[in-house]
Amino acid sequence: MTTATVKKAPARTAPVTGGNGLAGTRTLIRFNLRRDRVRLPVWTLALFLGTIATANNYKELYADPEDRAGVAKTMDGPAGLAMSGPSRYLTDYNFGSMLGHQMLGFMAVLVGLMSVLVITRHTRAEEETNRAELVRSTVVGRHSHLAAALSVAVIANLVLALLLAVGLAGAGIDGIDGTGSLLYGLGHAAVGIVFATVAAITVQMTAHTRGASGMALAVIGVAYVLRAAGDTGSNGALSWLSPIGWVQRTYVYVDNRWWPLLLCLALAVACAAAGFVLSTRRDVGAGLRAGKLGSPVASDALGTPLGFALRLHRGTLIAFAAGLFLMGAMYGSILGDADDMLKDIDQIQEALDRIGGASIAESFASMVMVVITVVAAVYVVMAALRPRSEETAGRAEPLLATGLSRARWVGGHLAVAMGGGTVVLLAAGLGFGISGAASTGDAGLFPKLVGAALAYAPALWVTVGVAVVLFGWFPQASAFAWIVPVYAFLVGYLGQILQFPDWMNNLSPFGHVPQLPAADMSWTPMLLLTLVAAGLVRLGVAGFRRRDLETK
Amino acid sequence: MTKANSAIEVSGLHKSFGKTHALDGLDLVVETGEVHGFLGPNGAGKSTTVRVLLGLLRADSGAAQVLGRDPWTDAVELHRHLAYVPGDVELWPTLTGGEAIDLLARLHDGGRAQRVRQGGGGRRAGGINKQRRAELIERFDLDPTKKGRAYSKGNRQKVAIVAALASDAELLLLDEPTAGLDPLMEVVFQDVIVEAKAAGKTVLLSSHILAQVEKLADRVSIIRLGRIVQSGTLSEMRHLTRTTIEAETERPAAGLDALPGIHDLQTLDADAGRVRFAVDGGHVDRAVRKLTEFGIRSLISHPPTLEELMLRHYGDELAANGHSGNGNGAV
Repeated sequence: MTTATVKKAPARTAPVTGGNGLAGTRTLIRFNLRRDRVRLPVWTLALFLGTIATANNYKELYADPEDRAGVAKTMDGPAGLAMSGPSRYLTDYNFGSMLGHQMLGFMAVLVGLMSVLVITRHTRAEEETNRAELVRSTVVGRHSHLAAALSVAVIANLVLALLLAVGLAGAGIDGIDGTGSLLYGLGHAAVGIVFATVAAITVQMTAHTRGASGMALAVIGVAYVLRAAGDTGSNGALSWLSPIGWVQRTYVYVDNRWWPLLLCLALAVACAAAGFVLSTRRDVGAGLRAGKLGSPVASDALGTPLGFALRLHRGTLIAFAAGLFLMGAMYGSILGDADDMLKDIDQIQEALDRIGGASIAESFASMVMVVITVVAAVYVVMAALRPRSEETAGRAEPLLATGLSRARWVGGHLAVAMGGGTVVLLAAGLGFGISGAASTGDAGLFPKLVGAALAYAPALWVTVGVAVVLFGWFPQASAFAWIVPVYAFLVGYLGQILQFPDWMNNLSPFGHVPQLPAADMSWTPMLLLTLVAAGLVRLGVAGFRRRDLETK
Repeated sequence: MTKANSAIEVSGLHKSFGKTHALDGLDLVVETGEVHGFLGPNGAGKSTTVRVLLGLLRADSGAAQVLGRDPWTDAVELHRHLAYVPGDVELWPTLTGGEAIDLLARLHDGGRAQRVRQGGGGRRAGGINKQRRAELIERFDLDPTKKGRAYSKGNRQKVAIVAALASDAELLLLDEPTAGLDPLMEVVFQDVIVEAKAAGKTVLLSSHILAQVEKLADRVSIIRLGRIVQSGTLSEMRHLTRTTIEAETERPAAGLDALPGIHDLQTLDADAGRVRFAVDGGHVDRAVRKLTEFGIRSLISHPPTLEELMLRHYGDELAANGHSGNGNGAV
């Protein structure tokens, strides 16, 4: 696609290519597709089937026009809009516009995630493992790896677009027509390709796959938060800064505007070009940022299991804390609007009265907490699974051959996971509280919001506990710990829209946390969650102490 | 601490991973103060044995005592007295080599000794002898300021070797420690191990570099398919095995094949009377006396190299894989 636009970069070094910088690209594309022959079909089919299932679900849930009007009303508030898309869709809330409104922004994140992972996997991960060096020593051009990876990402996105267009158009649901479905599918592809090219830049910056993926995912996160803030706030300008906002402004199934896709295309071309140019300014295997030398001796803190674990987790912890502080601050800044916008809508006022005297701002805050805690849970699972990755990478072995017991080693990581999770919540609460109190002019809201965030800490600890039990007893299945945040996201986010039954909510540890500040504080579930967490951790550590260490 | 007579005593050790029997009744004794060579090709069970001795793996059955302790139940206490170098050292990408050395050294004491700072007469700080650490870094030519991810394989090994040797451990468990080291560093390593032995440390040196073991080891155990097939000093083992003799006699030597203990008799050059044969350790005298009857012009005898000792136990495997012996092998 965009590779044709690349000009020879004004590189420091003279171009070494005897001619074709793209030699071997076609072979590499076939090779990449071969490597992803399971991964990509699973991704695209899951995204496709999830969409089809949701569309069918709408048909059953909201059969009557009154039902749909009711949903449109509930959606037409800051909380609803932040979780879905711009209010333009609400003018004619049929099954098509529901899909465009509620699913497009959410799907954009997932498509972006797929695209970013495709790029990092086929470029930076190859370089980091020195496989790229081997391949580059053959007749392969200097741009071929990136070009092949981008091609694969484009292919995957277009296949998904085609599936969605054909599948939705053929589903025979009122309001979901052929033209709209084609636009809906291509909207997914456009935003996916944009984030793929963003990853094409981030993989040039750092020499590490995790860093490159993390940066690109942060861009997706910022894009989502920008559109959420823009769609909720009084002016939509912020949404126009976000590619996710652009595709949502196609107003698919409502107005079917095509031109926002051109914005995506232009951005993708620009980003891809930047990626190719930057790649010529670095060596194979290196990042644009040179590696630094460090201290020849260890500081005192490094000698303890906790200090050591903290050192390993430091970067991720700081990144999540900063990210959640900003996210909280962003949601807080629109908290002031929430009251104004909804004051006059009687139904919502009545509904809120039923919850129990909470203000609109407070109920919106409770919803935001769900999103914040899911992100915090992602951090917590990453941190709690760190011992597992240390073990499989062979780095636990030399440590456990010293005077360090298994329990203390894993305990250091768990302390960071639990303490770090709490810190991350606190950061989100502070950001939300400070800017929320400022935007509403109600200083009393600050301690309430901080408290509301911290109330989720015991549920995070339970999440850690689940990960530890898996690590201790079923190490091969450790990754299943991700089910906890994914499930919490599904019931906390989609459950609000799709109206899941209560028992599904209760399966998630987060479902038991009192929804402060809208609801009242209740200490019993908090205490129980803490006890469950303690029990799970003990159980997991006991399992780890009696199993073989996995070695390379 | 209480000390048993032997640093390591293992008997009847079994360990399976699924259907693979990694250890199949392994017996091993390492005496205190010796350098014990642990030989065998990849997959014979060397690393599994070492990891059982470290309490990282739990044996299915059998008994193991390391420094008089059970390695599984008493792992942490045991680890205070030993140091380990794995064959494939993985370092933390964001920590420098120097930090990794200090970290391992401090954890060696379970993080307890870290408050013991330099000064006040004590040279040790955090379980490591600073002078020794600096000296080893110098000798191994290691840059301790580089980050873990920037090190090559050989340099990662050096980090682990320095950490292990700078500790005051009485037992060193070295699992193919010099994989990836260049020949110059190999020499440094051998010097350092000789010094460690002189300082009274016990060393279990798992290796497949035979020259290294031949140079360093007091005793050797050969492992095959999870079981020790031979154990003893090198001279004992040589005595038990065949010596290769190549002789040139004035008259063609006849009747050698009738003697007991003669194998692989070859006539290299019938006119010049050159023969080559292998002879069992106990029959060298008879064979040489027989040769003198024909008037010896030249006589070359090779004691079996470690390679040949190994081939004796592994030769059938090579043959089965379609490799022929190297002609003068003692197999």
